[in-house]
Amino acid sequence: MLEIKDLHVKVAGKEILKGIDLSINAGEVHAVMGPNGSGKTTLAQVLAGRVTYEVTGGRARFEGKDLLAMKPEDRAREGVFMAFQYPVEIPGVSNAYFLKAALNAIRKYHGREEIDAMDFVSLVQDKAKLLGLDETFMKRGLNEGFSGGEKKKNEVFQMAVLEPKLCVLDETDSGLDIDALRVVANGINAMRSPTRAMLVVTHYQRLLDYVIPDFVHVLVDGKIVKSGDADLARNLEKHGYGWILEETPRPPQAARA
Amino acid sequence: MRPVTTVAASVDTKQTYVADFASSERELGGPEWLRAVRKKAIGHFEALGFPTQKHEQWKFTNLATLLRIPFKPAILGRPGGVVAENLEPFTFGVLKTSQLVFVNGRYAPRLSYLRSLPEGVRVAPLAEMLRAEPETLEKHLTRYAQFEDDPFVALNTAFFQDGAYVEVPKGTVVGEPIHLLFVSTSRDLPIVAHPRNLILMGAGSQATVIESYAGWAPDVTFTNAVTEVAPGPGAVLDHYKIQREAETAFHIATMTVHQDRDSSFSAHSISLGGGLVRNYVHTLFRAPGGSLTLNGLYMTAGNQQADNYTRIDHVAPACTSVELYRGILGGRSRGVFNGNIYVRKDAQKTVARQTNKNLLLSKEAFVDSTPGLEILADDVKCNHSSTIGQLDENAVFYLRSRGIDEEAARNILTYAFAADVVNQVKVAPVRIKLDQLIVSRLPRGAGLGETL
Repeated sequence: MLEIKDLHVKVAGKEILKGIDLSINAGEVHAVMGPNGSGKTTLAQVLAGRVTYEVTGGRARFEGKDLLAMKPEDRAREGVFMAFQYPVEIPGVSNAYFLKAALNAIRKYHGREEIDAMDFVSLVQDKAKLLGLDETFMKRGLNEGFSGGEKKKNEVFQMAVLEPKLCVLDETDSGLDIDALRVVANGINAMRSPTRAMLVVTHYQRLLDYVIPDFVHVLVDGKIVKSGDADLARNLEKHGYGWILEETPRPPQAARA
Repeated sequence: MRPVTTVAASVDTKQTYVADFASSERELGGPEWLRAVRKKAIGHFEALGFPTQKHEQWKFTNLATLLRIPFKPAILGRPGGVVAENLEPFTFGVLKTSQLVFVNGRYAPRLSYLRSLPEGVRVAPLAEMLRAEPETLEKHLTRYAQFEDDPFVALNTAFFQDGAYVEVPKGTVVGEPIHLLFVSTSRDLPIVAHPRNLILMGAGSQATVIESYAGWAPDVTFTNAVTEVAPGPGAVLDHYKIQREAETAFHIATMTVHQDRDSSFSAHSISLGGGLVRNYVHTLFRAPGGSLTLNGLYMTAGNQQADNYTRIDHVAPACTSVELYRGILGGRSRGVFNGNIYVRKDAQKTVARQTNKNLLLSKEAFVDSTPGLEILADDVKCNHSSTIGQLDENAVFYLRSRGIDEEAARNILTYAFAADVVNQVKVAPVRIKLDQLIVSRLPRGAGLGETL
């Protein structure tokens, strides 16, 4: 589904990603872990299409199409969704309006009609229940005055409604208490399916206790220095990133040839 | 380059207005006391002359174009042929209102209608009231809006013929809004009209008044309106001013409000139309316990200019004022916010908050924002803030990352910027109408669909 080859990215003139190779198939959950400043967020943002991130080399294909050539909105319409680490507050635009506008933009792209008002309400109610969001939430301004936990729930809620093919979760566990973490993880797990892939970017292993990844990659200084299965994440939790940094950096490995 | 007003041109124009007054004075009429006031007013106008940008209050707005056009007083011109269908766009759909219509400052009985009003409530043309009860008006009319130091109020005072008179007696609640619709129109000659309104609210009374100003391009018109408002003790008045004239229109409006004890007044000034618009709002707390909400939204494009000058006088103690003005400026348009709050020596326990936020949609748009607070009392809570900025690119990206195209994302965020002011409009049909107007004026077309 996603093929990243030798991806180099600069932010504000500084090279942050120094040759990433990663391929993700439908049905798989990949975790990218790494210390602060290793380039995790840059990887997530560049996949979503943030313009301030300058791709200086390599490529990324999504279902065979050149992802990096697409506008952010077209990536979303093709089925790429990024859950933001810091969701933006937009007073004056209700969650309901925003979500409906997004859903209809995606439907229109695929030649489908706008969603019926009643269908939208029942769709939203189902998914909101999954994330434990109450009804008043839809009428509130987009993320306006939301707690950190509510914002993260809202990201996963949007993901549940928009049903993307590739979910990129950027530090979705940061700032969550244990109860909120369980709710968010449930929401993510409910979306695991043989036709959907996930890329979970995280500093800590705690989210991965609930969302068990198929593959774990360790990102250090803009490169994937180690790949493995869920045990790798547990090792990192136990021993920290130190032992990996001490090992002689090996050439980056693709998760799968 | 913007035209520069030369002193000579300004003096010539001034003399034309003074001469027009001399030739129409008899026809303007009114009771004896008013004739005397008119004479005094034109004298002050002649002494003051038109303001230039050297005047602190007019620093950012150039009146050269206004002064170059030979406007003819409405009283000397022919009335335009406005029919009811023309007014349809300026009404509020399902909203039930009494509606007084004025064409070039003159009451138009065939376009107006009064629904049944509670006993004692009077909604009438001012000219009629001047004929029927001149002594009732003498106590109030021209007593609030000072013309001694304001040339436009002086001109209005000298020239006004008509306008709306609204009186709500003690303890009376008027449920349905009262709509005052002022349309300006001209055929061959540019026309100036000077509508004058007086709103008197008895103790504990309650009402909602909407003032709309409308017109059509390519009519070249100049509206110089003055509204005097006196909310009595404990009265509650919601006032909306919606400026929707054509871009060929010049519009200068003054509203003066003297609030009595424990009264609650909220004003919402929405400026969407007009080539040159100047709103001067002056409110004064004359007794303790009053509360004031002063909201404004100016949304300009092309070569429009919108100038908002507000002055809040906390003379009495324990009053609260909350002011929020937002500007959205596109094209080569210009905006001005000049906010002045005065907290006098005895106005202890004053709470005053002033906020002005501006959104620039183009590189050529420009805004001058001057918040101001002068505090002479020591036990007060006051603050003011002012911002000028562009759309938040993080927010644009957030919307795009969910599949919303860039244009729609920018429109949604622009609309959202206005929502703070629009959401405070309590009358739902008016709020819906404003939503539609704002959406239709977004820079890259409509298509936002339903209300956000």
